[in-house]
Formats: sequence, structure tokens, C-alpha cells
Amino acid sequence: MTETREVPHIDLREVTKRYGSAQPVLENISLNVRKGEFVSIIGPSGCGKSTILKLVSGLTPITSGTLLVDGMTPANAREIVSFIFQDPTLLPWRTVAKNVALALELDRSPRDTRVDRVNALLELVGLSHVAKLYPRQLSGGMKMRVSIARALASKPRILLMDEPFAALDEMSRDRLNEELLRLREELNWTVLFVTHSVAEAVYLSDRIIVLAPHPGRVVHEITIDLPKPRDARLRSSPAMDDCIAIVSRALRGAHTR
Amino acid sequence: MRKHAITALNACVVLASLLLLWQLLVWGLSIPKYMLPTPWAVARTVAARYDSLLTSIWITGEAAAGGLLASIAVGVMIALVFAQSRWIRRMFYPYTLLLQTVPILAIAPLILMWMGPGILSVMCVAFIICLAPIIANTTQGLISVDQNLINLFLMHKAAPAQVMWKLRLPNAIPSLFTGIRIASGISVIGAITGELFAGSSRVGVGGLGYSILYASAQLETDYLFALVFAATILGFLFFFIMMFLEWYFLHNWHESARTAETE
Repeated sequence: MTETREVPHIDLREVTKRYGSAQPVLENISLNVRKGEFVSIIGPSGCGKSTILKLVSGLTPITSGTLLVDGMTPANAREIVSFIFQDPTLLPWRTVAKNVALALELDRSPRDTRVDRVNALLELVGLSHVAKLYPRQLSGGMKMRVSIARALASKPRILLMDEPFAALDEMSRDRLNEELLRLREELNWTVLFVTHSVAEAVYLSDRIIVLAPHPGRVVHEITIDLPKPRDARLRSSPAMDDCIAIVSRALRGAHTR
Repeated sequence: MRKHAITALNACVVLASLLLLWQLLVWGLSIPKYMLPTPWAVARTVAARYDSLLTSIWITGEAAAGGLLASIAVGVMIALVFAQSRWIRRMFYPYTLLLQTVPILAIAPLILMWMGPGILSVMCVAFIICLAPIIANTTQGLISVDQNLINLFLMHKAAPAQVMWKLRLPNAIPSLFTGIRIASGISVIGAITGELFAGSSRVGVGGLGYSILYASAQLETDYLFALVFAATILGFLFFFIMMFLEWYFLHNWHESARTAETE
């Protein structure tokens, strides 16, 4: 295991994305994420944050530059990548358990182990008691947990998260943040996380990348040197406040550029 | 519960007043029986010719149900083809509009000419009139899927067949039922229209359309009214069966099917 530190898990080099002949959405983006690192992308709307995730997932092709995921093209790396969208994107006609099972069905995992794996995943996100309910019977936070359980079903090594908690109230958001960190401690994914919230980005990340819009480009990279594992007490600590102030200043800079 | 009782009572009072007004008008203006029978006379006819009315309802109901079922089967298949590409829709969708706008009265004689009299021709008329709403609604349901759900399936390298079976088809079921609900009402109209031309396959008794022709030729206006009444009942019956099926299949997960429960 000598290469783990050397080869970035997600590697973008001078990547440009443009739709048609308009101004590029992203221009000359270079960023990389190491194995096991949690990196957040933050920036004003229109800076192409979500587009980066779409490129890394292979849902949209890059226009120019190089993009490697685990050393492969994004399309070939899909097996180790899970995408968590801003909406829970559950199938309303399936129960919670069946929604999680969908990932296993699509991955063609062996039939006889599916039930056990679904139960284990629901246990992991604390939803065993609602396995037989339908999505419309759940709160926003619970729906998001189902979505996370489904994403974990494929045993991903990389998680792409596109403002997954943006639609939740602050309490649920904080709790899900803490659970996300706990799960990450356990399963050690590489995470690329898009958010609007500075506090969320600081709390979760090892590193924060600040983008500026028109065209989208990297203007700051801030390493967050807060102790790990992090828990709820950190939220009210001066160290966290300092980090938030630094990132907020960088973000204001991105707005006015 | 009390609110329901009051609503029902109100409806009954309105109905009773209308019937009374009708009865009084016929008496007061001394309208002849063959122009407008009294509601009482209609009620007596219904009681006296109960059996033949029921037979007519059954025959027409059979034809309407046959046409409706055929239109669901064929309509869903056409919608599956339409869902494949925008190109196919652009090329063929206008023809389904044609299906909707062509006057059924004008093509019923043609169908009769081609298929001969009998229940098959009647079903065919009901089928044609039901097809357009099934195709339109099902196609809409198949193609209006959340892009993120499609992305989710793509991330799992789902085959097109999986996207169709696990995503598009279930997504289309509520709109399919909307189509079926619309079609179920007009399937009865289609069957009666068909019977006006294609008549009955059995001698002596016929469906509602056939009996309407017969009663009007004989100036049996009270029977004519009874038949109108029977046709309305049949239409309602179809509509409510479809409402029930819709509720049965969708109430677990779909909002539109839940309104009856929560109100």
C-alpha cells in the first residue's frame, strides 16, 4: 500500500466544461482529493459546484482537460462511486426497505443476501423501525437517511454529495452531519461534498475549496485543522469559529471577484 | 360524519324538488304522455320492465368493458413505443389527436360495414373512442420522470429495460389510471353509439343503444326515459369501479388517490 498517498483518488487537471458555445461553466479547474479525504466545495450559485460532481460521476462529459477517478475514466469508475442528490430521489411506490433494495437489484447482487443487507443498512442509518413505510410517510430527514442507506448499498469507496441536507431544518441537518462523520470514521470513504453552508463545510471537511463564478474557477483552498473525530461539542468551540471566519472571508472574496 | 349526512340530505331535497316540479309541470301544462311522461310513469316502467333493462345494461356493459380493456392493452403498448424517443412522438402523436377529434358517429357506419353487426363492432367503436386518452396519459406518465432518478439508474449502469420496468412504468401508473377514468366514462357512450348502428346480435333483446332506437320508433317515451336512466347508472358504475381500482392500487403511495380518505 505504498501508492495510497501518492495517487489522488479524484484528480481533475485543467478541466473545462462548457455547454454548447456559451461561456464555460467551469474553466481550468484543477483539484484533487486524496484517498479517505473529505473535501467540500463551496461558492456562490452559478459557480458550477454541482457540475463538478456531475463530471466526476461521469453523468456529463468534460469538454477538455483530464479527469481521473481512482485512476480510471469516470464512466469506468462508477462501480466504486455513489451519488447522493439534493432530493432524496426515492421511488414513491416502494417501501423504505424496497427503496434500499433497488440499489442491490440494479447492481445484480445475489438475491439470497439482499434482505440481510437491506436490514443491516437500515440499522446503520437508524431506520429499521420504518422499513415497511412508504416515503411519503417519512420526514425530510428520514427520507435523506434512506437515500444515504441506498447509496451505501453499493459499498462505494467514493461518495459524491450534492447539497444533500440543504432542504432540511437545522436540527436534522446537524444530526445528519454527525452521523455522516460517524459512518465515515467506520467506512473510510473519500467524500466530495457540495454545500451552501460554511458551518457545515467546516464541521465536516478536511479541506474546503472555494469557487468563484462566471466562469467557475478555484479561488481558495483551505485546510481545516480541527481535531478528529469531531463531535457536537466542536460546534461551539472558538477554533471552529475561527475556521468559519476564514472561510466566510474567502467566500466573500469569491462573490466580489 | 354529520357533515356527510347533511350533504346527502341536501342532495335528496334538491332531487325531490326537481321531480316534484317535473310532475307538476306535466300535470299543469297537460303535456301528452308521448312527449314527456311523468316521473311516476317512468318509475313504473322501470319496475315493470326491470328484466329487459337489466339485460340491456349487461349487453352494453359487456361491449363497453371489452372496448375499454382492449384500449388499455393497445394504448399502453403504443405509449411504450412513444416513450422510446421524441422523434417517434413527433412523427406519430398527431395521429392520436386525429383519433380523438374524428366524430365517432361518422365512422361507426364504416365499422359496421367492415365488421358486420354484432358485439365485436360495438366493442370496436368503444375501443376507438377510449384509445386516445389512454395513449396520451400513459405516454405523459412514462416520459415525465425526475431526471435525478434517471441519473440514479445510470449511476448503477441500469439497462434500458430496467429503467423501463423499475422506473418509467410504475411512474406512469397514476397517469394511466387518469386515462382509464376518462376512458371508462366515454366507453359507455361509445358502446351505445355503436349499438345505434350495429344493433344486437341476439334477436328480440338488445343493448341500451338498440333499445333506445326501438323505444323511440314505438313512441314509448316512458321506456326511453328509463333507458336514459339505465345508461346513466351504467356510466356511473364504470366510473366508480375505476375509482375503486385506482384507490386500491395507489392509496399506499400516491397523493392523488388519498384525497377521499383524508377528507
